[in-house]
Amino acid sequence: MATVQTPAAGKGKINRIGLASQEYRGTKTTLCAGCGHNAISERIIHACFEMGIEPDRVVKLSGIGCSSKSPAYFLGSSHGFNAVHGRMPSVGTGAMLANRRLIAVGVSGDGDTGAIGIGQFVHLMRRNLPIIYIIEDNGCYGLTKGQFSPTADLGSTLKTGVVNDLPPIDTCALAIELGASFVARSFSGDKKQLSAVLKAALSHRGTAMLDVLSPCVTFNDHEGSTKSYAYAKSHDDPLGELDFVPYFEEIDVDYEPGTTHEVELHDGSTLYLTKLAEDYDPRNKLQAMSVLQETRSRGTFATGLIYVEPTKPDFLEMLNLVDEPLASLPQDRVRPPEAVLEAIMNDLR
Amino acid sequence: MAPEVAVQEAPSQPTTRRIVNDFSIQVATVNGSGSQTANLVLLRSIFRMGIPVSGKNLFPSNIAGLPTWYTIRANRDGYIARKQDIDFLVAMNAQTAQEDVVSLKPGAAVVYDEPLNLATLRDDLTFYPVPFDKLVAGVCRDAKLRRLVRNMIYDGVLASLLRIDRAEMERALEKQLGRKPKAVALNREALDVGFAYAEQHFEKRDPYFVESMDATSGQVLIDGNAAAAIGAMMAGVTVVTWYPITPSSSLCETLIDYLRQHRIDKDSGKATFAVVQAEDEIAAIGMAIGAGWAGARSMTSTSGPGVSLMSEFAGLGYYAEVPAVIFDVQRVGPSTGLPTRTAQGDVLSTAFLSHGDTRQLMLFPSSVEECYSMAIEAFDLAERFQTPVFVMSDLDLGMNTWMSQPFRYPEKPLDRGKVLDAETLDRIGKFGRYRDVDGDGIPYRSVPGDPMPAYFCRGSGHNEWAQYSERPDDYRKNIDRLRSKLETARNWLPAPVVTINRKASIGVIAYGTTHWAVVESRDQLVNEEDVQTSYYRVCAYPFRDALTSFVERHDRVYVIEQNRDAQMLSLMKLDLAPELAGRLRSVLHYAGHPIDARTITDSILIQEGYRVEKTRPQPSHVPQSAGVGGE
Ligand SMILES: Cc1ncc(C[n+]2csc(CCOP(=O)(O)OP(=O)(O)O)c2C)c(N)n1
Ligand code: SF4
Repeated sequence: MATVQTPAAGKGKINRIGLASQEYRGTKTTLCAGCGHNAISERIIHACFEMGIEPDRVVKLSGIGCSSKSPAYFLGSSHGFNAVHGRMPSVGTGAMLANRRLIAVGVSGDGDTGAIGIGQFVHLMRRNLPIIYIIEDNGCYGLTKGQFSPTADLGSTLKTGVVNDLPPIDTCALAIELGASFVARSFSGDKKQLSAVLKAALSHRGTAMLDVLSPCVTFNDHEGSTKSYAYAKSHDDPLGELDFVPYFEEIDVDYEPGTTHEVELHDGSTLYLTKLAEDYDPRNKLQAMSVLQETRSRGTFATGLIYVEPTKPDFLEMLNLVDEPLASLPQDRVRPPEAVLEAIMNDLR
Repeated sequence: MAPEVAVQEAPSQPTTRRIVNDFSIQVATVNGSGSQTANLVLLRSIFRMGIPVSGKNLFPSNIAGLPTWYTIRANRDGYIARKQDIDFLVAMNAQTAQEDVVSLKPGAAVVYDEPLNLATLRDDLTFYPVPFDKLVAGVCRDAKLRRLVRNMIYDGVLASLLRIDRAEMERALEKQLGRKPKAVALNREALDVGFAYAEQHFEKRDPYFVESMDATSGQVLIDGNAAAAIGAMMAGVTVVTWYPITPSSSLCETLIDYLRQHRIDKDSGKATFAVVQAEDEIAAIGMAIGAGWAGARSMTSTSGPGVSLMSEFAGLGYYAEVPAVIFDVQRVGPSTGLPTRTAQGDVLSTAFLSHGDTRQLMLFPSSVEECYSMAIEAFDLAERFQTPVFVMSDLDLGMNTWMSQPFRYPEKPLDRGKVLDAETLDRIGKFGRYRDVDGDGIPYRSVPGDPMPAYFCRGSGHNEWAQYSERPDDYRKNIDRLRSKLETARNWLPAPVVTINRKASIGVIAYGTTHWAVVESRDQLVNEEDVQTSYYRVCAYPFRDALTSFVERHDRVYVIEQNRDAQMLSLMKLDLAPELAGRLRSVLHYAGHPIDARTITDSILIQEGYRVEKTRPQPSHVPQSAGVGGE
């Protein structure tokens, strides 16, 4: 059983479009050492490198927060837009309308998404815009120094001892309910799973919503927090093994019949999910919703690909746009001829 | 004590006085009663007889059941601003009929629904009672249709009384109802019935007549929102995002219609545009900014409450230097205010929209033609200056019907601004997104998806290489460059329209729809008191240098606007030397209905020390204009 080989750390390793992994890096991170967000940036770099993503097709989008700073730390030769707090979905939507050929990678925080940005998040999910939307979820506001966010669990405590007494928003359940066509949950500490999820998201067309547990070592990594490294490691409840085989690689895996679900993604890549006792199929919406409930009631959190609907029409398809980017249409295709204006004027007489 | 209401003889005798092509008609109905068709047919038939007209709808923020007034002004001299006095009332609404009649000036004429029994109210008016229900019963059985067709009867009555060309009226009806032959036939019958009734029962006793003339040939009738929509389409807009709000909704709705007709690729059947009805105005402008950043020509359209919500993104657009066009069809604020009434109240808040040292570019169309041409220009300017551009229309312009010369096809190609290409990159060496290479404050930009070097766009502090920076010198340099960019814009934006009158020691400044009342008022000032004025019509902000020389030329300058706080005057004070700023006076009108010439003339005369007869109080639904400024 093999997914794409992680390239050797040594220099000189080149991907299928001739780029070294170095070329997927950004500027040096300014986040705290050990911050989960940095680990996620590493996974994004790794996934884009392995998938052979063309950096000049990528737009990186974010709101405001420590998490939202991180697009500066990966894919340095891609365009990026660090917008305003909680409103990245609208900026990303506009960018994709302007140029449907772009690959949108959005990074948000649990505050950026769950609090100020919940409205735009909800409508982004409804539209199924082609975008990868990553929530770097630490249960608190890192950049404003540790206040609770809306994903903090009931009973979780701040460093100061304050207890959270409001129920959390489950962004995965919300996204599935609202129409996102690819919903996953992962943990910044689980390199293998996060890589597979990211690559699968890059192969998907539609909104890929990834809630990634990403502990804040400075404000929310203490005992009593349900978003600490220790807590995450001990409560992570994977929905089985996840293997990703990109469309450009030979499939040389052999699964014993009946042991895996095989999900073909938009670009022809394949995800193999080992079947668990429950026989979890991420194409089953009902099952997806109930696994989220079940694990929550057990006090754990399900990770892996929770829901996928590979063929759901995306927002740009529904708009029936021309194939070329709207942004670069020449004048003669966007300014109607004089006769049109004359006819309109005639009609107004 | 009971008022003495003896039965009055009809007072007015057949008149020999003729007032031709100079009167206003007001139709008082209930909203939701479908009077719009009848009113537009009336307007268009007078227009087609070659007489200058304007049509203004005074309507409530409500879907059905509240009073609505539609005013048509016909004026042979081409004055099409609102006029205070109503000469001809059509009273269809029981709720307001009495008040409407009481507020008329002596000599006015009233067509009314007979059961309203209005003739006893006054003895100095001419009354024409019409049994609308009886007449409509003969035309149509269906009760629901009857309500709609009923209004067409008053068109027939007016055609008879005012001598409106019936053939033009029928053509106007066909135009209005288009391809609905049944509806056309039914309404034509109602017209005929009204006409026949008036011919049989009324002797003409009022002085108002229309006579064909030749002042409108070749012209069109259109509202400002539709005009702006056509402009946006001709500007090559590709991304349209919006959230419904009166009075701006019809701009995007009309635009959607036009785009669907004219911007679908013939070969593929696919759209060269994207329209998104966003979840709110924050998302609408966010999408417009995202699209502008990625190289599209993007726009949104809204009104005051939406502009308030857009504030944070407007600042991002300014500081991160992203083009987008925002139409602000202004309505009366603060807050929800009077959603269906007009004002010029967003001038100051839009100029500085967002926190920090933000300045926004604004254009001020005063006619439907300028709604069209400035819409086109706005897209060029947004890309040229890489910043949001606000087109400041208002409800009066956007939703009312205006006549206009047909719009001219744009001569200039699209100006996509300083978009980096290989040649430029060669010339400038290294790409710095926020570097002032040409000394005009405008940097070069690359666009996602193009092969040029990328940059990281952000609303946080940045240096000329678009790197995050909190260094004082980087901050200063950048924010000063932004100012110099505005200095470049100042004399690039549409020029003011200036009329210098060598005999004048006083100047008048106005913008937007106030223009039409100013044109008429300047003539009144000359005709009544020989007060000569020069006129400076503002078309854009930041102001041109010409503003200074205009104020220098005149001893006193009246800034006329439709808001309480003298917003444009306040902006001008920031630019003018204190001595010049001291010359500015205000004429302010803020009652919700469009400004009229009388208000301006009286206010200027009073401030100039003339004695002015107090004008009659206005009807209560049209509150007394706030008039005299500088108080
Ligand atoms: C309109 C607005 N309100 C408040 C802030 C202050 N602010 C900056 S980041 C942030 C919270 C970020 O939390 P989260 O999204 O969870 O990101 P994290 O820093 O934890 O990664 C807040 C409230 C802001 N930038 N803008
Ligand atoms: S404060 Fe927390 S979220 Fe922010 S960088 Fe540090 S560890 Fe990460």
